Amino acid sequence: MSQHLGAPCLPTVEKGDHVRRGQVVGDVDAFVSAPVHSPVEGEVSEIVEVLSISGTRVNAVRIAPEPDQDVREHERITADAEVDVVRLAGVVGLGGAAFPTSVKLIPPRDKPVGTVILNGCECEPYLTCDHRVMVEQPERVVAGGHAIRRIVGAQGLVIGVEDNKPEAAEALRPHLGSDVELLILPTRYPQGAEKQLIWAVLGKEVAHGELPAAAGALVHNVSTAVAVADALDKGKPLVERVVTVTGNVARPGNYLTLLGTPVSALIKAAGGIVGKPGRVIAGGPMTGVALADLDVPVVKGTSGVVVLEEGETAPAVMNDQPCIRCGRCSDACPMMLQPFAIGIYANRSDWDGSERYHALDCIECGCCSYVCPTRRPLVQLIRQAKHVLLERGSHL
Amino acid sequence: MTSAGSSPRLQVASSPHVAAKENVTHIMLWVVAALTPATIWAVWNMKMVAIVLLGSCIGSTLATEWIWNRIARRAQTLWDGSALVTGLLLALALPPRTPWWMAVIGGVVAIGLAKMLFGGLGWNLFNPALVGRAFLSISWMGVLADVRPFPGGWFNALSVPGVGDLDAITGATRLAIAAADRAADGAYGVDLAEYYRPLLLRNLEGSFGEISGALLLLGGFVLIAKGIIDWRIPAGYITTVGLLSWAFGSDPIFNVLAGGVLLGAFYMATDYVTSPMTRAGRLVFGCGCGLFNVVGRFFGPMPESTTFAILFMNGLVPLIDKGFAPRTFGWVSRRG
Repeated sequence: MSQHLGAPCLPTVEKGDHVRRGQVVGDVDAFVSAPVHSPVEGEVSEIVEVLSISGTRVNAVRIAPEPDQDVREHERITADAEVDVVRLAGVVGLGGAAFPTSVKLIPPRDKPVGTVILNGCECEPYLTCDHRVMVEQPERVVAGGHAIRRIVGAQGLVIGVEDNKPEAAEALRPHLGSDVELLILPTRYPQGAEKQLIWAVLGKEVAHGELPAAAGALVHNVSTAVAVADALDKGKPLVERVVTVTGNVARPGNYLTLLGTPVSALIKAAGGIVGKPGRVIAGGPMTGVALADLDVPVVKGTSGVVVLEEGETAPAVMNDQPCIRCGRCSDACPMMLQPFAIGIYANRSDWDGSERYHALDCIECGCCSYVCPTRRPLVQLIRQAKHVLLERGSHL
Repeated sequence: MTSAGSSPRLQVASSPHVAAKENVTHIMLWVVAALTPATIWAVWNMKMVAIVLLGSCIGSTLATEWIWNRIARRAQTLWDGSALVTGLLLALALPPRTPWWMAVIGGVVAIGLAKMLFGGLGWNLFNPALVGRAFLSISWMGVLADVRPFPGGWFNALSVPGVGDLDAITGATRLAIAAADRAADGAYGVDLAEYYRPLLLRNLEGSFGEISGALLLLGGFVLIAKGIIDWRIPAGYITTVGLLSWAFGSDPIFNVLAGGVLLGAFYMATDYVTSPMTRAGRLVFGCGCGLFNVVGRFFGPMPESTTFAILFMNGLVPLIDKGFAPRTFGWVSRRG
């Protein structure tokens, strides 16, 4: 019931109900939210609290699927306004943050969107789901882009693809037309982050505390664009997504996965884990969540399942060695922060100090911890500082 | 989804779940590797005396760190390689006539006073090797200023003259000759360009590390190419030395090659702990080192001013870090 950023849904069905594929099973009357649909036809076996990927307990509707059903059939979403269709279809950002897409499609009146940017940069290393979507459904990506541009009344439409995905660029090219720009960007993590992508595409910095609209831009993931296009053209609710399953599994690849599928079943479909697993990560290795229990369900924001072997991972207990002031974290930080300084303040619980060094601007990409030669837990300390600062009401 | 136990034992930790392989030891070993060609060339030319000096410096830095950690009941830190680098740099910064016991004192001061007393690697304000050298050059000024070539042989290392003999034999370095010539408005007719070749290829005057500017440059470029050091420090340093020397009417190339500027610019000033953390700051820091190096050389009491120029700039690093902090993404466009 909580597959997105925003208010969790409440179940709209009861135990024993028969649900059709695409039927709404959870919704809530809140602006920042997205309804949840049944990915299968079946019977509601229970409404229960389950462990979610992020480790919290959330309400869930468990559905026993009927055998031999055609999962390509689904209920059709209809509404007068296109934005409402997107909302009713439960579309959220598929890059990982799972922010309700319909909310982003209603930009503030005083800040018109000039350019819609489709994010084809892949949010993290190891993940290839967006790449696969671009290669297999380029016309749907472009159609979704057109739709988003139409809805927000923007002029420009740019698809940003990193230069390590030439296949995706070639697949997209014939579908572009004269009014869509394909921009090949150098491959850099975290270019899939919203503000970094706007910087790379438009050369504009989104000011501290502002939304991308302040720079006249709106960013949507390419997979989200496909979901928008499918909702508008086919009335299709978001009940499945492409998930990258990779690392130490027998058949790494991208799997079109029904939402709610247990991660363990997905790994099984990929041939199972090879060798001794160290960590299984939902999302990518830089920002994803290490799972303790593999029976958690795949949700809308699950872009990948990465199985890392023991020894392949960063140390679980980070070192307590002092900073040697090499400056690699500052050089790597995409927000141009000084992670070492925030880390030192956070370590001493000096939250004012970490705020002075702009801890709240951190996007938690993890680059600082990745590069640190003394393995200081930098992003972890910054996260802690952000948590404390937000809790005590410091404003972003 | 409640069927716990079907999952294998998994490790749970906060992201990121992967990390670069590079650690402090790798970095330090790269610095050692970059200095190896020059070190081998020095040993080849000066034989036993070089080995004794290297052994005294490295042995004393390693021993001091080990003993300090032992007494302070701290975890041993020798494996990080930083004491090895300090010992090597100290040896390369000393002239071959330095007695072995003096080198040992330098090593003890470098690690004990400049590093461990401040809290160990990461906490020291001043470059340990340079503090060791500065201590020796203040305590035994004559010895450190005696940079005449040592009659290199495999078996005569122990016949290094004692301190008592040294007052009389302080030799004139090329820098001193250049200074005298400059003071006399070129009356000696010294052509500094003649010194390029020996300074680059085989120079027996000066400290060990000045044996070959070309080998130091080679190692420095390797460190820059490997991303170990930031080019901004040596570039700022060397450019400033060259331009200022030229402005003061001296030969810029000679001034860059002589007096340990290359050793200082690529290997001493670039020490992480004692240099600024931001790119802009590193450029300013490099230029500052160059400025004080030239000022000391042309107007100070001793022409060999590299050590004190870098130490002085080390002291300014906290200020530079504050003054040249990076502008956080998104923090100017709002005002602008």
